[in-house]
Amino acid sequence: MRRRAQGKRVQTEGMDLSDEARVIAIVREAGVPAPEVEYVLSTEDGLGDGFIMHRIEGETIPARILREPRFGSARQVMARQCGEILARIHRVKIEALPPLGAFDADSEVDRLTRSVETGANPRPVFVLALRWLRQNRPVEEGRRVLTHGDFRMGNLMIGEEGIRAVLDWELARIGDPMSDLAWLCVPSWRFGRIDQPVGGVGVREDLFVAYEAASGKRVDRAAVRFWEVVGALRWGLICESNLAALRNEQPISVERAVIARRSSETEIDLLRYMAGLE
Amino acid sequence: MQDEPRAPEIIGVVRTFLQERIAPCLEGREAFDLRVAVRALELVERELAIAPRAHHEEAQRLEKLLGASGSLGELNRRLIEFIATDADPLGNAALMRHLWKTTADKLAVDQPRYAAFVASQAHIESLIAQEARTEREER
Repeated sequence: MRRRAQGKRVQTEGMDLSDEARVIAIVREAGVPAPEVEYVLSTEDGLGDGFIMHRIEGETIPARILREPRFGSARQVMARQCGEILARIHRVKIEALPPLGAFDADSEVDRLTRSVETGANPRPVFVLALRWLRQNRPVEEGRRVLTHGDFRMGNLMIGEEGIRAVLDWELARIGDPMSDLAWLCVPSWRFGRIDQPVGGVGVREDLFVAYEAASGKRVDRAAVRFWEVVGALRWGLICESNLAALRNEQPISVERAVIARRSSETEIDLLRYMAGLE
Repeated sequence: MQDEPRAPEIIGVVRTFLQERIAPCLEGREAFDLRVAVRALELVERELAIAPRAHHEEAQRLEKLLGASGSLGELNRRLIEFIATDADPLGNAALMRHLWKTTADKLAVDQPRYAAFVASQAHIESLIAQEARTEREER
C-alpha cells in the first residue's frame, strides 16, 4: 500500500497518488512489469491519498542484488532487460496519461542552476558542471515521451531470474527518453562497481543495444552523457539538501546528517565526466 | 591553548566505547544507526587530521589563481564568479588542477574508499606532477 496522510504532502516534486495509480495501470498495459493496482483510496475511505498494490516478492536493496550469489543470473540479464523495459515505457501513448510535468534539456539546466545558486555551500565544481552542460547540450531536441523519472537501482524489484517490477512512478514526466537511460548509469547507483555503469551490473552498450532493438530508435550516446552529468549533479544537490534538514528539523537521523557529506562524491564524479574519465 | 588530551584523542576514546561496549547491546535499526554514528566519528577524526593542511593549501592555490586574498569562503565565492563568467573555464588547466586537488582532499575526509576516488588516484598524481613541472618552469 502506498499512502499519504490526509492534508500532508511529503514530497513536493511528485504527482498525486491517484495519478500515479493511473500511470501504473497504463504502463502495465504496455507490457511494463509493475505492481498491479488493486484499489485506489477514495475520500470516503478517510485514509488520505493512496492506493493498494498487488504484492510482489523480490529484492530491492542494491547491496544484496549486487553481492548475493542467488542473483547471479539476474545480474547477467538486468542491463538488457532495463533497455527493453525502458523501450516499452517510452512507447506509451502520452494522450492517455493524466497531465504530467514536462521537461527538456534547457529547463533541466535552468532548474539545476537555481538549485546550485541557492545551495548552502559554495560549490565551484557544480558551477563548472553547469558550464559543461550548457556547452554540451544535445544537438537534436529529444523526443517527447513518457519517462519514469527515477529509473535506477533501488526502484527495481529483482527476482533470481531478473527484473520483476519497476516501482515508484511518482516522478514520471514527459521529456527526453535518453534521460531515463542516463539516470540508471549515474555513478551513485554503482555501489563500488564503477566499471559496471548500468546500476553496478552491466555495461552501457548492453543497455543501449537492447534498447535500440526493442524500440527501433537509435540511442544518442552524447545525449545520454549529457543526462548522466545532469543526473550526477541532481544527486549531489539532493545529498546537499540534507544539510538544510539538519539545520531546520530536529531531530534528524545520523544517517541523513552524514549524507550531506556525500555531495563530494558527486563532485569527483562530475570532474571525471569533464576529464573524459567516465 | 586548549589542554590535552586533544580532540582526536577524545573522539577516539568515545568511538572505541561505542564500538566495543554499546554495539553488542543493540540490534536492528539501533545497531545500524550506531555503525553510521561510528563512521561519522571516523569522518570527524579524518577532518581534524587533514583539513587544516588542506584548507591552507586550498587558500594558497586560490590566492595564486585569482590574484586576490581573503577568507576561504570569500575566495571560493570569487572562484565561482570566475567559473561562471570566464570565457573558457573548462580549458583552464590551473583551474582544473585546483578543483581536482580540492575535491581529492574533501574525499580523503568524507569518503576515502569511494570507488571513483580510488580509481582517480593516478589521474590526481599526474596533475600534481604537471603542477610541479609548471612551477619549475615558472622559476
